[in-house]
Amino acid sequence: MHMADALVAPAVAGTMYVLSASAAGVSVKKVREENDPKKIPVMGVMGAFVFATQMLNFTIPGTGSSGHLCGGMMLSAILGPYAGFLTMIGVLLVQCLLFADGGLLALGCNIWNMAFYGCFVGALLIWRPIMKKGATRGKIILASILGCILTLQMGAFSVTIETLLSGVTELPFSVFVATMQPIHLAIGLVEGLITAAVLVFIHEARPELLWGVGESAEVKEGKLSLKGTVIALAVAAAICGGAISLFASSFPDGLEWSMEQVAGTTELEADGGVYDTAAGIQESTSLLPDYAFKNSESAVGTSFSGIVGALVVVGVMVGASYAFKFFKNKDSANAA
Amino acid sequence: MNLIHPLGKLLVCVLYILVVASFNKYDLQGMILMAVFPVFGFVAGELSFKEGVYRMRLILPLVLFVGIFNPFFDREILFYIAGTAKELSAGAEATGGIPVTGGLVSMLTLMLKGFYCVLSAYILIATTSIEEICYALRKLHIPKVIVMVILLIYRYFGLMGNEADRIATAYALRAPSQKGINYKAWGPLVGQWLLRSMDRAGVVYESMVLRGFRGEFWSKARGFKPSDMVYAIAWTVIFLAIRFGSGYFF
Repeated sequence: MHMADALVAPAVAGTMYVLSASAAGVSVKKVREENDPKKIPVMGVMGAFVFATQMLNFTIPGTGSSGHLCGGMMLSAILGPYAGFLTMIGVLLVQCLLFADGGLLALGCNIWNMAFYGCFVGALLIWRPIMKKGATRGKIILASILGCILTLQMGAFSVTIETLLSGVTELPFSVFVATMQPIHLAIGLVEGLITAAVLVFIHEARPELLWGVGESAEVKEGKLSLKGTVIALAVAAAICGGAISLFASSFPDGLEWSMEQVAGTTELEADGGVYDTAAGIQESTSLLPDYAFKNSESAVGTSFSGIVGALVVVGVMVGASYAFKFFKNKDSANAA
Repeated sequence: MNLIHPLGKLLVCVLYILVVASFNKYDLQGMILMAVFPVFGFVAGELSFKEGVYRMRLILPLVLFVGIFNPFFDREILFYIAGTAKELSAGAEATGGIPVTGGLVSMLTLMLKGFYCVLSAYILIATTSIEEICYALRKLHIPKVIVMVILLIYRYFGLMGNEADRIATAYALRAPSQKGINYKAWGPLVGQWLLRSMDRAGVVYESMVLRGFRGEFWSKARGFKPSDMVYAIAWTVIFLAIRFGSGYFF
């Protein structure tokens, strides 16, 4: 489920960053309002727990694939949606920084796909309504399985949409969706069973640790009702869907958009002057001038000789880096 | 590399990833040029390339899955390797040579993007401690609670590892001839692991509060030295030059 940086275009990544940051802003405000210092170590432990469980991959029978826990439902069942969401951000940041699992640029997407659905949809639309009249073993199992399956399906669908809008794959939408959704259905089921097993144990051992159990009778004023929550989430989903498609369709590339603003075009092409001179230099210095190209003005804008030239630059850079290292070591030796 | 200001390293890393991700899917030469940063990082930081590649194992499957189909769906031939000098755009056909399709180029570009992004993140974390990264995050005004949770996750990870070790040892002693842990025991074992870790974390947190912890990890303030500035500006210029200028020079 973790998306890599290579799978997202900057415009899509930026949009998802904004959306995830908005949800994080609301969560930070809510956690501050709660002002419960005892929650902080629990957040740390739950984060470390989800972090550890995400490292354990389980095999999906009959597919040759494997999956790992997402942990959003478990976090929200113990910490609630806001603290759970912030904890999940912490987990994703640590994973991305320490294990390179999920990219820095794709972090906004990953937070949305794995934390938003699991924590907000899972907690507010599934866990709390089911637990409003108190928790039982059956209800916990039902909420865990239903929550994990639904939120993972939403997350997997978002991965598909974000990847396709980024334009990095030639996979048709139907093929991509038909691959992503069923495998995450199986992963969701296994995650639901594991989450249920842990939460049932906690319910039996320390029921007070579970969030949102039996609180419907005293739903405080100002809190959103189920209907209100559904409407708010639907509006949020519509806005984010619209925002992504707007950015993705109008501005497929943030840097190209900037170029268009500055130069009036997304193509850095020019006749005469520097362009011709550079072309002349290229022609005369090209190491491999005999390769034929289909279309020199295509979006590709590349050539095999260009690639070889780039490799030469990288080679020079390797030499320069070793020179840097050599002089650095020499300086250190002199200093010693 | 370790002496450079963490904020400078973090910003350069984020900018690098942003620029790498922004390349056109057919811009293979630009992508090759972008190797200069990881090459510099690995050589100057004296890092293990093997370890960096090892980190790829987590993200490689999805990138491979997404990219591997590109050659099948995008069969438009972009250029020929070792063909004749005839320009195909003029209508003439290339004789001989190996055709290179758009799908193949976009697959290679996508894989390079994934490869570079992971390597650059690895360079950042291998030359910067978690405390320094959190310090940089605070400088970027990331909320205190998020930064604190990151630090606690990092610290409690070891604590949870110790608890898991104890539980596994206790289980093995109680069930000496059993291979692995019975699936029926997974729920209670994991739940117990969680509760015991929470209790210990609570005690650790109370000790921290008693010793004056008020919700902020204090880090030694670091000024931005001229060398840090040069590092950040130089890489910014190089990245932008490659992004917008590679087509001019090759």
